[in-house]
Amino acid sequence: MVAENKTFTHRQSPVKEIHVVWMTTGLGCDGDSVSITAATQPSIEDLVMGNIPGLPKVHVHNPVIAYEVGDEFMKYWFDAAAGKLDPFVLVMEGSIPNEKIKKEGYWAALGTDPDTGQPITTNEWIDRLAPKALGIVACGTCATYGGIHAMQGNPTGAMGLADYLGWGWRSKAGLPIVNVPGCPVQPDNMMETLLYLLYQVAGLAPLIPLDDQLRPTWLFGKTVHEGCDRAGYYEQGDFAREYGSPKCLVKIGCWGPVVNCNVTKRGWMAGIGGCPNVGGICIGCTMPGFPDKFMPFMDAPPGSALSTKVVGLWGGVLRRLRAITNTTVNKEPKWRHPRAELTTGYEPINYARN
Amino acid sequence: MPDILTAPATKSSAPTGNIVEMSWDPITRIVGSLGIYTKIDFDSKKVIECYSTSSIFRGYSIFMQNKDPRDAHFITSRICGICGDNHATCSTYAQNMAYGVKPPPLAEWIVNLGEAAEYMFDHNIFQDNLVGVDFCEMMVKETNPSVWEKAQRTPAPHAADHGYRTIGDIMKALNPFSGEFYRETLHVSRYTREMFCLMEGRHVHPSTLYPGGVGTVPSIQLFTDYTVRLMRYIEFMKRCLPLHDDLFDFFYEALPGYEEVGRRRVLLACWGSFQDPDVCDYDYRTMEKWGNAMFVTPGIVIDGQLVTTNLVDINLGIRILLGSSYYDDWGDNGEVFVKNDPLGNPVDRRHPWNQTTIPKPQKRNFADKYTWVMSPRWLDKRTGDHLAMDTGGGPIARLWATALAKLVNIGYVESTGHSVKIRLPKTALKGEVEFEWKIPKWSNAIERDRARTYFQAYSAACALHFLDKALKEVYAGRTATFTPFKVPDEAIGCGFHEAVRGVLSHHMVIRKGKIANYHPYPPTPWNANPRDVYGTPGPYEDAVQNTPIFEENGPDKFKGIDIMRAVRSFDPCLPCGVHMYLGNGKVLQQKHTPTAFAGLAH
Repeated sequence: MVAENKTFTHRQSPVKEIHVVWMTTGLGCDGDSVSITAATQPSIEDLVMGNIPGLPKVHVHNPVIAYEVGDEFMKYWFDAAAGKLDPFVLVMEGSIPNEKIKKEGYWAALGTDPDTGQPITTNEWIDRLAPKALGIVACGTCATYGGIHAMQGNPTGAMGLADYLGWGWRSKAGLPIVNVPGCPVQPDNMMETLLYLLYQVAGLAPLIPLDDQLRPTWLFGKTVHEGCDRAGYYEQGDFAREYGSPKCLVKIGCWGPVVNCNVTKRGWMAGIGGCPNVGGICIGCTMPGFPDKFMPFMDAPPGSALSTKVVGLWGGVLRRLRAITNTTVNKEPKWRHPRAELTTGYEPINYARN
Repeated sequence: MPDILTAPATKSSAPTGNIVEMSWDPITRIVGSLGIYTKIDFDSKKVIECYSTSSIFRGYSIFMQNKDPRDAHFITSRICGICGDNHATCSTYAQNMAYGVKPPPLAEWIVNLGEAAEYMFDHNIFQDNLVGVDFCEMMVKETNPSVWEKAQRTPAPHAADHGYRTIGDIMKALNPFSGEFYRETLHVSRYTREMFCLMEGRHVHPSTLYPGGVGTVPSIQLFTDYTVRLMRYIEFMKRCLPLHDDLFDFFYEALPGYEEVGRRRVLLACWGSFQDPDVCDYDYRTMEKWGNAMFVTPGIVIDGQLVTTNLVDINLGIRILLGSSYYDDWGDNGEVFVKNDPLGNPVDRRHPWNQTTIPKPQKRNFADKYTWVMSPRWLDKRTGDHLAMDTGGGPIARLWATALAKLVNIGYVESTGHSVKIRLPKTALKGEVEFEWKIPKWSNAIERDRARTYFQAYSAACALHFLDKALKEVYAGRTATFTPFKVPDEAIGCGFHEAVRGVLSHHMVIRKGKIANYHPYPPTPWNANPRDVYGTPGPYEDAVQNTPIFEENGPDKFKGIDIMRAVRSFDPCLPCGVHMYLGNGKVLQQKHTPTAFAGLAH
C-alpha cells in the first residue's frame, strides 16, 4: 500500500512556489534563452516539472518558450511590478542601452504602456522590477558586462546590468546581482546557477559564492588554459602556426591562459565541443573586457610573445626528452615471448624443467 | 486625430460595425521581439489591417566600421541567438571572396555538416516546441472546441508510422512539457546540437569557423560521433514527417478554407545553401556557376515561376528601402562604396554595399514610423517592381526553388522539376523510406509549416552525402582544413547562404585593411518589414491582412490563434524582436471599409 498525498522522502521547501521572470529584451540575440533549452544538467524540464527534490515549484516566464502571448504574457510583468507575483527571481538577458542619450523613442522595449500607447522601455522594466525581485541573475555577457553591443563605436551606449544598477546593488533579500557570463552562456552553467539559487531559497545551500566580478566561483575560478587538453602542447612549447592544427592555439589568437571560463572542462553540451580544446581560439567571450580588449581576435595576444618564447626554450628540451621516454614506454618488456623459457625473474620450484 | 497613432486606428467616430483593434506585443515562442497590431472585422471574420513592429535596435552595421575584417564572423554571429552560426558561415563566405581564398574541400564538408545539423536542430525545436503549441490540445481546446472534438474522433492516417492513433492523440502529445512528443523533440534538439558542436565547436556562436577553413580536427571519431546521432535523427524523421502530414492535412479537412490563413502571393526567395567545394572558388565572376552547384538551389520564385537561379542577378536586384522605419534616409548623401561589381555591372545606391545606416529613435506612430526593421526589396527588372519577397520561414522557398530548378541530384535527394525526393536509408527499427515534397497550391501558413518538416528530412539526407564526401577525404589522407590568406587593403565581398528561416546575405567593403561598410541581411528583415516608401506592406503584414478568422472565440476572449499561426509560419526571428500583444479589444467606430485606412500607409 502506497501512502498518497504525503511526503516522507525529503523535507519540504519553506518557499512553496517561485517565479522566474526572464527579460530577453536587453540588446541581445536571445542566444542565452536558446542555450538553456540545450542544458541537461539540469534541464529546463527538470526544474519546471519538479524533478529535483526539496525545491519550490518553479514557474518560468520566458518569451521564447511561453504558452501565453501578448497581454496574457505581459500580465506576469505587470503583476511582478505591482508586488503581486512574489517571490520572483529576475533574469536579465541582453545589454542595457542608455535611453538618456537621445530626445525620444527607444532602443529596447517590451510591451506597451496602456496610458501612452508607447512601448515600455527595458530600462523602465528594470527600474520597476529590481526593487521587488528576490534576486537578479544577469545571464550572458551582454547582461553581465555589456558584451558585443557595448563595443567601441556603438550608437546605443550599451552597458551591463551592474553598470546600470550599480555594482553595490543588493536585492530586498540582500543578494548581489549574480553574473553568469558567456556569449552565449554555457547551457549547464546557467541552469546550474539557477539550481543553486533554488537550493538557497529552499534553505538547503549557503549564500552563493561570488567573486569580485559577481561570478559564481565554482564556474569561473579557473582559466580556460587550466582546463584545456591542449595545454600539454603549450608546456612543450609546441604551438600551432595555422588554424586546423591540433596543437596549442596561443600564437594564433587564443586568449585561454588569461580568461576565466570552464568551457574546456565542461565542453559545450554533454562534454562535446568547446573552444581551444576543439580548435576554436578563445576570444574571451566571458570577460568584462570582451570584445574590445581581445580584438583583432585572430592576432596573437600581445602578452603571448614573451611567454611562448620562454616556454619554447625549455619546452623544446622537454619535448625531446619525453620523446625518448615515450619510445621506451612504447616497447613491451623483453620477458613477454613465446620461447620455451621463463625470463620474468620468477624462480620456478615445482614445474621447472631439468 | 492625435499626431501620434499609437495603434492602427481610424479617424471615424460613429460606433457602428464590429471592427476591433487587436494587438499582440510581444509575440512569444519566436526568437526576438515582434509586435503585431491589427484591425479585425468580426462580422466578416477577417483581418483587415496589420502592422508589424520590432522594438530593439543594436547597430551592428555602425559599430563594425573600422574593425579588422577577420573579426566579422565572430561579431556577426552575435546578431542571432538561434542561427548565429548561419551568420558566421555567411560572413566567412563573404570574407573568402574578399581575401580570394578557397578552403580545402574537407573544411567545406565540415561546414556543410555543421549547417545541416543547425537546420535539423532549429527547425525541429521551432516546429514542435514553439509552433507546435499552436496546434496542441490545450490551445485547440481553447480556441476551437469543435475542432478538438473532431480531432479526437479522427483516426490518424499514418498511425502505423508514428504510433498516435488519432489526431487528438497527436495534439495531446504536443502539449508543452506534459506532451510526450514535445519532450521528445526537446531531446532531439539537444543531440542535433551536439552534432553541430562536433563540427563548429559551440552552439550558437561557433568557435571553430574561420575564413579559409575550420579549426575542427577531422578525426575518425568526429565523424563516428556525428553518424550515430544522424542515424538516430533519421529514424525519428520517419515518424515525425508522417505525423506532421496528418496534423496539417487534418486542418484543411476540419476547417474548410484554412488554406487562406497566412496566404499571400507566391513571392519566394532563396539564396542557396551548402557549397560544393568541387565547383565553388568564391570568385564573384564565377558566382553563377558555383551558386548553381549548391545543394539547395538559389532562386527567385514569382507566381510559381522560377525567375532566376543566378546569384549575380539576385545580388544586383537587392534594394534597401526605408519608409516606416526609424532611420534617416542616406539618399544622395551616402557614400557610394561600390560603383560596379567585379563583372562591371552597375551597383545601385540602395544596394547593401552602398548602404549607410542613420538611426533616428522616435515615438512609435503607425501612420508614419513604427519599427526598427528596414524594408529590403528585390527589383524585378522585367516590371520595375520593388517586390516584397518573403522566405516563408525558409524551407518552402528552398524546396520550391530547388524543385523547379532541377539541378540537385545526389541520390539521397533529387529535384524533379516539380518536386523534391528525399531518400532515407534503413535505420534500426525502420526500413528505407522515400518522401516526396510536391510544390503546393499555396504559399500559406500550413504549407510553410509542412515544408519545414520536409526540409528537416532534406537536411538529414544531405548530411549523409556530406559524410560520404568528408570520409573520402579523410581516408585519402587529405586532412588539411585551412588555407592561409592575407587581408587585402582594398576589397569587396559578398556571401549568400540560407539562415534557418530563409535568405541571408553579408556584404562587406574593405578599405585600408579595415571594414569600411558591412551589411548583413537576414531573413527576418525580408519578412517582418513595414510598409516601404511606396506603401507596399511587408510580408507579415501582407499575409495577416485578409487572413480569415476561424477561431470560435469572440472579441472578448479572442486569442488570435489564426493570426499567430500565420505569423509563426514565417518562423519570426527578430533578435530585435516581435511583440505580439493582445489588447482588450477596443471596438473601433468604423464599418468594414478597408480602403478607409489606406491613408495610414503614407
